[in-house]
Amino acid sequence: MNQDIFVVVEHLRGQVADISYIMLAAARDLAQATGGEVVGVLLGHNAQDLANDLAADRLLYSDHPALAEFTSDAYQQALAGLLTAQAPRAVFFGSTSIGSDISGVLSARLGLPLVSSCIRVADGNLISQICGGKIMAESALSNETTLITMIPGGYKPAQGQTETSPAITTFEVNIEAPRVSLKQYIEPEAADVDISSENVLIAVGRGIQTEDNLELAEELAGLLGGVVCASRPVVDQGWLPTSRMVGKSGKSVKPKLYLALGISGAPEHVEGMTDAEMIVAINMDPDAPIFDIAKYGAEIDLFDLIDPLLEALEEA
Amino acid sequence: MPERVNYWGIPHNWGAPELYVYTIMFLAAFVMLFRFYRQASLWWKIGQPEARWDKLHLRLGRLIQYAIVQTKVLRQRYPGVMHVAIAWSYFVFFLGTALATIHDHFFEFLFGNTLIVYKFTLDAFTIVFLVGAGMAIYRRYVQKPRRLTLEPGFTGSLTLITLIVLGGLFTESLRLAVEQPAWAWSSPAGWGLAQLWIATGASDAALTSWHLGIWVFHLLIVALTLITLPVGTLMHALTGPLNAFFSKLNHPFGTLSPGKETPTGKPIYVSQLSDLSWKQLLDGDACTECGRCQDACPAFAAGTPLSPKELILSIRDALRSNGSQLVGEAIATEALWACTTCGACIHECPVLIEHLDAIVDMRRYLVIEGDVDAELQDALTNLGRYGNSFGQSERMRAKWAKGIESKIKDAGKEPVEYLWFVGDYAAYSPTLSEITQKTAAVFQQIGLDFGILYKGENHSGNDVRRAGEEGLFEMLVEKNMKALERSEYQTIVTTDPHSYNALKNEYPTNGNGGKPVLHYTELLDQLIASGQLKFIKKLGYKVTYHDPCYLGRYNGVYDAPRRVIEATGCEIIEMPRCRDQAFCCGAGGGRIWMAEGEMSERPSEARIREAVELGNVTDFIVACPKDITMYADAVKTTSNEEYIVVKDLIELVFEALSE
Amino acid sequence: MTNIVVLAKLVPDLVEELEIAESGTALDMEWLRLIINEFDNHATEQAIILKERSGGEVTVIAPEAEGVNEMLYTIAAKGADRLILLKGDFENGVNNHALARAFASAAKELKPDLVLTGVQANDDLDGSVGPLVAEYLGMSYVGYISGVSVSGETAVARKEYPGGLIAEMEVALPAVLGIQAGEEPPRYVAISKVRQMMKTATIDEQEVGDLDASGGPVVQRMYVPEAAERAEMLEGDEEEVAARLVEIFKEAGLV
Repeated sequence: MNQDIFVVVEHLRGQVADISYIMLAAARDLAQATGGEVVGVLLGHNAQDLANDLAADRLLYSDHPALAEFTSDAYQQALAGLLTAQAPRAVFFGSTSIGSDISGVLSARLGLPLVSSCIRVADGNLISQICGGKIMAESALSNETTLITMIPGGYKPAQGQTETSPAITTFEVNIEAPRVSLKQYIEPEAADVDISSENVLIAVGRGIQTEDNLELAEELAGLLGGVVCASRPVVDQGWLPTSRMVGKSGKSVKPKLYLALGISGAPEHVEGMTDAEMIVAINMDPDAPIFDIAKYGAEIDLFDLIDPLLEALEEA
Repeated sequence: MPERVNYWGIPHNWGAPELYVYTIMFLAAFVMLFRFYRQASLWWKIGQPEARWDKLHLRLGRLIQYAIVQTKVLRQRYPGVMHVAIAWSYFVFFLGTALATIHDHFFEFLFGNTLIVYKFTLDAFTIVFLVGAGMAIYRRYVQKPRRLTLEPGFTGSLTLITLIVLGGLFTESLRLAVEQPAWAWSSPAGWGLAQLWIATGASDAALTSWHLGIWVFHLLIVALTLITLPVGTLMHALTGPLNAFFSKLNHPFGTLSPGKETPTGKPIYVSQLSDLSWKQLLDGDACTECGRCQDACPAFAAGTPLSPKELILSIRDALRSNGSQLVGEAIATEALWACTTCGACIHECPVLIEHLDAIVDMRRYLVIEGDVDAELQDALTNLGRYGNSFGQSERMRAKWAKGIESKIKDAGKEPVEYLWFVGDYAAYSPTLSEITQKTAAVFQQIGLDFGILYKGENHSGNDVRRAGEEGLFEMLVEKNMKALERSEYQTIVTTDPHSYNALKNEYPTNGNGGKPVLHYTELLDQLIASGQLKFIKKLGYKVTYHDPCYLGRYNGVYDAPRRVIEATGCEIIEMPRCRDQAFCCGAGGGRIWMAEGEMSERPSEARIREAVELGNVTDFIVACPKDITMYADAVKTTSNEEYIVVKDLIELVFEALSE
Repeated sequence: MTNIVVLAKLVPDLVEELEIAESGTALDMEWLRLIINEFDNHATEQAIILKERSGGEVTVIAPEAEGVNEMLYTIAAKGADRLILLKGDFENGVNNHALARAFASAAKELKPDLVLTGVQANDDLDGSVGPLVAEYLGMSYVGYISGVSVSGETAVARKEYPGGLIAEMEVALPAVLGIQAGEEPPRYVAISKVRQMMKTATIDEQEVGDLDASGGPVVQRMYVPEAAERAEMLEGDEEEVAARLVEIFKEAGLV
């Protein structure tokens, strides 16, 4: 077993996911403790260019038609071969629809330990966040290749990006009769706005209570030159389209201002907006976790606040 | 000597007139009873059994009060007077005919002064009837109130009964025109009309033959009315009194009927006509389509799919047309969920229909089928898991009390005089904790020996039962009874009328030891009367008081809260719909846990407007935590913050007790 | 006719405050309130929907824990056909590798066509149960599923990606799917129905023998996080807060 830290790069339809850069930043920390290198692992088909800004010391790339789009079976087979051959100290996967599909299977298949929900590396140990963010667990690397799944929040993607592309080595994979195949992608409904490119976002959560009250958020957005977005419960009710959803299953956003109205701050939502420049949270519950990541907060009923706020903004 | 001539002016050459009269009448009565039986037998053939034969003397009393004296009909002045004018007249006519029959065949007594009184009474009521009929015609053709069903069938019935009376009046007047007895004045109506005939100068023979003609006509119209009665709108004359007789005898609707069961104890969930009890089918047939329930219904006023009148008529229509599926077909599920269980419909119904039990029965079916909207589902799941609808831990129930200096006693651990059952909303809703704290402060200031159950308290289950989740209701009752049985106390006092109703009417009294349950306004009223509670200052506000449904209409507590308000030095200006006519805020029956749905105007907003229209009122006083929630919101959404503020009664008390 | 197995477990209810056990490396189980894993609830619903749609049998397997019987009866009241309770040394918490091995050996005997389980659970520290079980059963795994249809030897699963993108994956059966959401939200079951099930339904108990926890993390310590920072809380009534907010927005150049 060498002391290198592998990072399984996640990409979807020609785009490298932010989590890949975050993992590279974490891998850098871990590699410093183990004394090895940060090695990116890229699987795909005609996908070399995706490696361009990955902050890895080197990159292992395998090109195979069966790897063109992510499917759990093919990717898992490809990595099984690689990990058995290479035996790195640790391997990072995203705690995502891609990484979670393969990390567990590989752990069971190769008999390697797995630590999940890792948010950052501290002194060569892995800090994981579980139970809705209420509990942290610190785990050490085990004596065998340790598989790790990572959640965002501990590093910024910029920390895993570089201008100098890493050196690429290709490797072969053997993929036999995959039992999972991609039939098609189904796009979400055409988005009227792309919330990830907005400067100001007014986010509504359960606290907005009814669909009619969205009007108030829209007014506020209008006055601030922004757009309304929402946490999952609001989208599940059908009050806003999925294109407006912020969070783990929605979009990740980095606006200048994220005004959260009636949002408690559950980890799945926070994942999507933790990089906002300024977070202002309005919530009646003083214990709401959103106040732990917000810059400003007010423990006040959003319905009491809206009218005075609209007035004050109009006068300004 | 005033005396009565039997069958005056009716020829005997074709045999005794009695023969014709009684044959026709018996035939008509037979047909009527036969048809009625055929209709009525559907109730017990299709419907489930239900025991309603207890306390016959009380039932008889109900029949007299509601079917004869008709106190409920009289709650509205114009239609009340109109209807008793018609109905009482008919009672008198019926009695008169019966007395005449007795006189004719058994025992002669209608002569002399007796006859004079008899004739005068009958004539007086003839005039009363005609006034009533006139009012009815005006109502149906000019006033045309929305709640009535304006269909030809009703006009037909009105026509028949009017023709009967006119027939009687005409025959009498024609006889008087011929006989012109000395005591003709004792029949003022008939004698008055007789002048008309006398003035025509027609011969006695002519008048007598007109008399005969109209007399025959009168006989036939009566027969026709009897024959058509069971299939027309006059059926309520039979089913109404029956419905009053078989109405629920326990405390006015504070206790819901339990779920139905088969003889072997298997539960019956009501989705089809045959799942209803015979009494509920009778409810359908008793409906007079008067629409008073609809007028009083907050859900109907808000534009939801619910009309209590239409709901009952759906039952009737299904009964008449052999329909069977009610839930989802004859009755929309949205309509069933729209009910706030305020009880106004039952309170207004002149024939004592029990709309609520039918609605809750059908809700029980929907709950068993899992046909429950997502928000209600969340609330019920939270109630089942945490004992409160907010989804918060039981340990947080007394969080509102944290800041209070002298710690409130735990009634589960030490004996108290008053066990204060706080209620979900007062305990968990962040907007209400200040009011709950003030309540505690008032109790402490008065020097009451009180305690709360802390986390031993669960939702009382009142609205859980009304939402149809009977199993969850039973579970909550079990949990609360455990906590109550472990505690030592003299009286339960609640700040939430829903909890009040449940503890008082739905909980087993033997478990509670039959200890009294008071709403805090009742308690304060008692303490004011005994002198233990004296106010330091007089507030002088002009306020209006909204009677909470579960305190007022359900449990008759109207005056105690008013006395307390007045004791604080405020002046009460009543809204048009006050006391038992108070208009529900819309939160009851589990509605506060459900998605609002389509509404044209929220009941709470309509009520606030009603208060603001009084013109000089600054405070809207309530005595229920859900009322605060609903009305404070409504004041904002109707932009009335400048004109009126919503306060709990305890806030007035608190203020009047402070320096 | 599809033979579906649902793997469900109870997880800490986050309504309460969580505490660390004396050992410092695990949760204090004593005061823990347990609740069905939300995603296992969705998996159950998906299984019942599949059964209602095209027939089949649904078996639920769950490890022993406080309140598990009620959970199983509730699932039975929703329409599950068979309930299996795994009895073993689960009291002091067990990692997912050990649990997955136990699940796999119980599920194997049932020869399922489809195994459904929640895509994750809030107390997962060594990955989630689904992928591990899949490998132990020699089946494929696809996770983050929000819709399934079965026809013959394959299932089509709707896999969720961020931003609302869906990938329709064709999966050869038998397979394990990690459910994110069922096609319909979990149905409500009246308490009286659950109580009815308590009288009529039976729970098959199966002993699992020794638990093999290898593959789990080496936990050095568990702790309750302290928020590094907390928001600057704005005081005052709504007018004052509104005014202060507008100031803040102005300073940031947003107004």
